[in-house]
Amino acid sequence: MDWMRYKLIYFVFSAVMIGLGLSGLIAWGLPLGVDFQGGTIIEYKFETDISTEELTNNLKSEGVPVSVIQSTGPQTYLIKLPLVDEEQKLKIASVSARLISGDLEEITTPSADTVETLVGVEELRFETVGPSIGPELVKKTIYAIVIAAGAIMLWVAYQFKSIKFGTSAILAMFHDSFILIGAFSFLGHFMGAEVDFLFVTALLTTLSFSVHDTIVVYDRIRESQKDYSDNMYDLANKAVTETMVRSLNNSFTIMFMLVALMLLGGTTVKWFAVALFIGTILGTYSSPFVAVPLLVTWDSFFGRLGGIKERAFSSKIVKRIKRS
Amino acid sequence: MTPFRKVLLIVVLTLFAGYISLPREIPVKFNLGRYVVDYKFLRQDLHIERDKLSISKNFDLVLGLDLAGGSHLVFEADTSGIEQDKKGTAIESLRDVMEKRVNLFGISEPNVLISSFEGRDRVIVELPGVKDTKTAIGIVGQTAQLMFAEVGSEEEPGIIPTDLTGSDLKSADVVFDQTTGKPAVSIEFTSEGAEKFARLTEKNVGKVLPILLDNQVVSAPVVQDKITQGQAQITGDFGIDEAKNLAIQLNAGALPVKVELVEQRTVGATLGAESVEKSVTAGLIGLGMVLLFMIAAYGKFGVIANIALIIFGILTLSLYKLIPVVLTLPGIAGFLLSVGMAVDSNILIFERFKEEKKRHDFANALEVSFGRAWDSIRDANIATLVATFVLANPLDLNFLHTSGPVRGFAITLGLGIAISLFTGVVVSRNLLRVLVKNKPIITNEHQ
Repeated sequence: MDWMRYKLIYFVFSAVMIGLGLSGLIAWGLPLGVDFQGGTIIEYKFETDISTEELTNNLKSEGVPVSVIQSTGPQTYLIKLPLVDEEQKLKIASVSARLISGDLEEITTPSADTVETLVGVEELRFETVGPSIGPELVKKTIYAIVIAAGAIMLWVAYQFKSIKFGTSAILAMFHDSFILIGAFSFLGHFMGAEVDFLFVTALLTTLSFSVHDTIVVYDRIRESQKDYSDNMYDLANKAVTETMVRSLNNSFTIMFMLVALMLLGGTTVKWFAVALFIGTILGTYSSPFVAVPLLVTWDSFFGRLGGIKERAFSSKIVKRIKRS
Repeated sequence: MTPFRKVLLIVVLTLFAGYISLPREIPVKFNLGRYVVDYKFLRQDLHIERDKLSISKNFDLVLGLDLAGGSHLVFEADTSGIEQDKKGTAIESLRDVMEKRVNLFGISEPNVLISSFEGRDRVIVELPGVKDTKTAIGIVGQTAQLMFAEVGSEEEPGIIPTDLTGSDLKSADVVFDQTTGKPAVSIEFTSEGAEKFARLTEKNVGKVLPILLDNQVVSAPVVQDKITQGQAQITGDFGIDEAKNLAIQLNAGALPVKVELVEQRTVGATLGAESVEKSVTAGLIGLGMVLLFMIAAYGKFGVIANIALIIFGILTLSLYKLIPVVLTLPGIAGFLLSVGMAVDSNILIFERFKEEKKRHDFANALEVSFGRAWDSIRDANIATLVATFVLANPLDLNFLHTSGPVRGFAITLGLGIAISLFTGVVVSRNLLRVLVKNKPIITNEHQ
């Protein structure tokens, strides 16, 4: 099949996706969670169902700066608020306990020393993150991406004896991660998704997954190079045809696991599974439709300039890698 | 080794790993006509003792705080007043004191780690199963610098600190005051401290001798006589718990620097258990879908891949227990993702086989497919392993993620990929070799 004939369409499609992601990021930004911004999350299980609106109003009249209260399951509620201390935490629990018991008369000071002694309220989770954690997380993530991407590029360039393979693979990888980040600005705006520690993990997994798939296609190009022509265009078409079913089938098995996690894994891992799911689709798509067309374009571009020059260039780099 | 022997070896390995993977207790209950079977199957741990040799290994899964319940606390140290070259020792002794306090508080298997990044020094304290986080934070995070002071003269009123401090203590204990019956903390000085105390009491007979904790007066007894035995009592306005906590802090020593709590994550045991339950359900359903898909797509070959996948699961689980890997919620997600990725090698090989079948006979096509696909499998998986290596950060590099969720995920994913190389290639290949009747004519260089 002549996949590469529609190269331009793939590039336009990717450009549109990147453009959409960019506009989403400009319009709404990334929905940063407490891991990045700092703040508090409390999850309670109450004896009975309550109205989130009423709890919000009660807490606000007590001077507790609540930002969101969500119902996360039967009788479980998630409260998001800025950084609070132990005293305010106790106040929140006390107000909730009074709301459950229906005794709204005297909401003044905390009625107990610890949350455990309150009737009808069980604290499932309490997370509070100071403002210094977020910037550190961002920095560490950037370091991790740079190191991982660099190492992968060197490995690919070394294995395929050419820098153009490595570069195209890395470009496809950044294509995937950027669209994933853009997608989360949409998910955050319309569905309340948040970017947290786990999103960072999903992002980095997408990087590796994207390259994983690309290498499988490259490998077929390399193998055919020995036996058949040296025309990158034909080699690319052959390799994409040969690996298409494998790519799809492999993605299916991964997506089965992720869909199960998304639907049944609980609130904590839901958006993590969604991020990985999007990443898997992107990784599968980008190998034949971004990395390989890039490779073909690069090859024809340098081919026009003179293949010898390019080959000398890449072999020099490979030698340098080998020496180091 | 013949393929048959290899398969036998794999079966033995799987049975061994399968035994380790079993939960500690399995209730067996069924009715067989008149016979009612009802007993508990107990999995034993490894325990060998022979002369000098002593091997003991617990085969239980180690669950992280987010699954077992507990508190993850991060304290940031204020090292601004400390010289650069002394910072390291200060942070280390900070960790040691915090660890001592946690142990004295009576928490089993706490984890106290240093985490420094770009000039910020932090100590991470992980407390499994703690319900009363507030008290724990109070005990661990308070500086608890004890100081004995003198009261100034009438011309110069005020409190003058002396050189007798908490570091001169040998031990502290909770006692009950004989006159008031209220809880108090009795302290015993070191010999040097006792000397200082003797001098101090001699000088201040008839005067007040304030005892300060973190620059706050907790008790101000009047000295009746010179005290030489090196013992004293702090009688503040304590409840029994407060006295106990103060004793813990004094026994462990004061923190060398001030700390501030910058992060706290507490998960109740209920939520943790619920997470485990949900993940197991999700995993089983996902696994079922993968198994069905492989049979639908590859028929008999799919069955072989499925056997390899189940062996993969058993081996991975037993390795989690043997290493041991602390399993967290993201860790489980990493494992589930690796289940989806584990069949990738098989898919690659089987797709290859469809092509090679046109050129070779069945058995030879199989060998060629395994050989040729190996290059892709190796190159692709090494790239993924590189990424998981950076994420898992096994060298504990400060500038990369050193904390729980990211690491937990990377470790299980990386381990899963490594094991899937074995089960996807070696296990399924030998299973196929044994099951294929006609022997291959050509052998491949990749065994």
